[in-house]
Amino acid sequence: MLNDWIFIGVFLILAPIFPAAALLIPRLIAPRKPNPLKTETYECGIETYGETRVQFKAQYYIFALVFLIFDIEVVFLYPWAVAFDQLPMFAVLEGVLFILILVAGLLYTWRKGVLEWA
Amino acid sequence: MTVFQAIFLVVAVVTLGGAVMVVTVRNLIHAALWLILSLFGVAVMYGLLSAPFFTVIQVVIYIGAIAILMIFAIMLTRRVAQEPGSSVNKGWWMAGLMSLVLFTALVWMFSTWSGFQTTLPQLPEGIDTIKVLGTALVSPDGYVIPFEIASVLLLAALIGAVVVAWERKT
Amino acid sequence: MSDPVNSISEWLRTILSGWGLSEGLITVILAVLGVVILATIVLVVDIMLVWIERKMVARFQDRLGPNRVGPFGIIQPIADVIKLLIKEDILPDGADRFIFNIAPIFALATVLLLWAVVPFAPTIIGADINVAVLYIVAIGSIGTLAIIMAGWASNNKYALLGAFRTVALLIAYEVPMVIALLVPVLLARSMGMQTIVAAQSPWYIFVVPLAALILFVSSIAELGRTPFDISEAESEIVAGFHIEYTGMKFGLFYAGELLHALTVSALIATLFLGGWRGPFVDQVPILGPVYLFIKAFLVYYLIMWVRYSFPRIRIDQMLGFNWKFLTPLALFLLVVVAILDKAMVGVSQVQYVLVMLGANLLIVWGTVIILRTYARVERKRVGEERAVAIAPESDLADLVGQE
Repeated sequence: MLNDWIFIGVFLILAPIFPAAALLIPRLIAPRKPNPLKTETYECGIETYGETRVQFKAQYYIFALVFLIFDIEVVFLYPWAVAFDQLPMFAVLEGVLFILILVAGLLYTWRKGVLEWA
Repeated sequence: MTVFQAIFLVVAVVTLGGAVMVVTVRNLIHAALWLILSLFGVAVMYGLLSAPFFTVIQVVIYIGAIAILMIFAIMLTRRVAQEPGSSVNKGWWMAGLMSLVLFTALVWMFSTWSGFQTTLPQLPEGIDTIKVLGTALVSPDGYVIPFEIASVLLLAALIGAVVVAWERKT
Repeated sequence: MSDPVNSISEWLRTILSGWGLSEGLITVILAVLGVVILATIVLVVDIMLVWIERKMVARFQDRLGPNRVGPFGIIQPIADVIKLLIKEDILPDGADRFIFNIAPIFALATVLLLWAVVPFAPTIIGADINVAVLYIVAIGSIGTLAIIMAGWASNNKYALLGAFRTVALLIAYEVPMVIALLVPVLLARSMGMQTIVAAQSPWYIFVVPLAALILFVSSIAELGRTPFDISEAESEIVAGFHIEYTGMKFGLFYAGELLHALTVSALIATLFLGGWRGPFVDQVPILGPVYLFIKAFLVYYLIMWVRYSFPRIRIDQMLGFNWKFLTPLALFLLVVVAILDKAMVGVSQVQYVLVMLGANLLIVWGTVIILRTYARVERKRVGEERAVAIAPESDLADLVGQE
């Protein structure tokens, strides 16, 4: 078990090195002649105007909120599923109740019209 | 010093350094990314404490959901790119003093705590901590009430979020 | 010699301990070696994927595809890589240099990291951790960050729009994906990949086909492939979050995307198609990787088939499909599977599988009926006469004036 986590740790450290190495080679052999026209950001051939980092729709935020709640709820269910063998029927139904409360939340957002992308 | 302690120190420095950067950098997106580094450090901490479940949960919930939510929130504010103001205000020394006092008090408190000397209790061989957690979450003499209340709490959070953030179209 | 990987690692371990190295150090050295070998194999396969994907899309579109460089154009990906390596690397104006540079590294590294938990044979696996399924989700959420970083750092409106759409898509489809992943976990009573593979008799696709289907659909969405490719819709936002990337940095995104598709296929193959399971695999473990890759490429072929057959859906349809259809369906399936599983303690395996399969097919049948009714209503609604969108008078006058 510990060895497996050492493997993960080593992998975490080494994984970025492979793509980083691939980025080093062009540094050495690729041409590098920036000029103002070339480095301009692309906007369908016209010159860019206005601010890039524009304000975003509030709805992205609401969808992220709904996602967050669901994510937390589902994560709670993982230990429940792993321990399924030791659970009696009523403990399973407790998990189902947990899911049903989650569904109530989904229905609420649905009825409120939050899930319509407008 | 064992290897574990060395790793712990490095991770602790990264976590705290990330936290310091969160409050000092001016660019809000950079602050969010530093926060993610800090949260990842906490995840590694859980790993070092041999709590793999909490390691992955920390990444899934905090980095995968809460950090994304924060970045979305930052993008909702106007003019994120050129934040002109300083990141400290006139009362910065008061906050600094308060945290210093708190920190000293905590260090003083923990210096007398005996918990540092106790050795880590060994788990019995072949025990699956996640199974134990799962059983405890839904067993009546365990945490079944908190488990169900957590679900209701999350439902309340969802409803609250919708009420606050969703403008009703008329 | 039936199990080369472990015998080689044992052999290396004895040599290294002969040199007087400590136990911990040897473990780390072996882990480094394992990581390097695993990552190299995966990256070589990744380069070949460029050829496979290009050849495949060509056949789907009734073309020949690359056929000039080498036999059947098989050396084409090497030529592609060389081209990418010698292309100029352009840093756009106003870009956030550091974040711009590390985003593509993250994009590929997170996909590589997923291979740590893929079991290749009964004895060959990177790390057999007991939270592997959640590990996949966790690494996937770090991948989401790479996209948001790329989109934000590029200082380009299309890139930012693309990044936002992608993240909205990824986080939406993560919910049904996590629920669908929960089903094999529940059946195997473990999050460890090896345990899940070992528990699959028969393969879970014959026990819970609907969960496999939900995972398949949400995985395609996680990949951002057609029909869910609103994140890089060429006709709307040109290329999405990687619009400003050139040369090898673009190459890393491209490689990451292709490899992600194969990785997801391998994970679906592991969770639902029995992974390395196949005839004689217990005697000859080295057959395991062969079976795994055959199954993974089968799923990969399906993903490509879907990609080249379906039109792109709109963002509102994408979100609606997830929240109003896929998520409730996945939750319903989970409840049914959980209750049935507990209710069938002690029945024979054949009965168990038949009841589960029957329940799944019943849910599918019910879903299809509901969908048909919905489609009828929707067709009627869309077919109704509606006011055509015309610009108000004043705007029209403005436009004409400008001309």
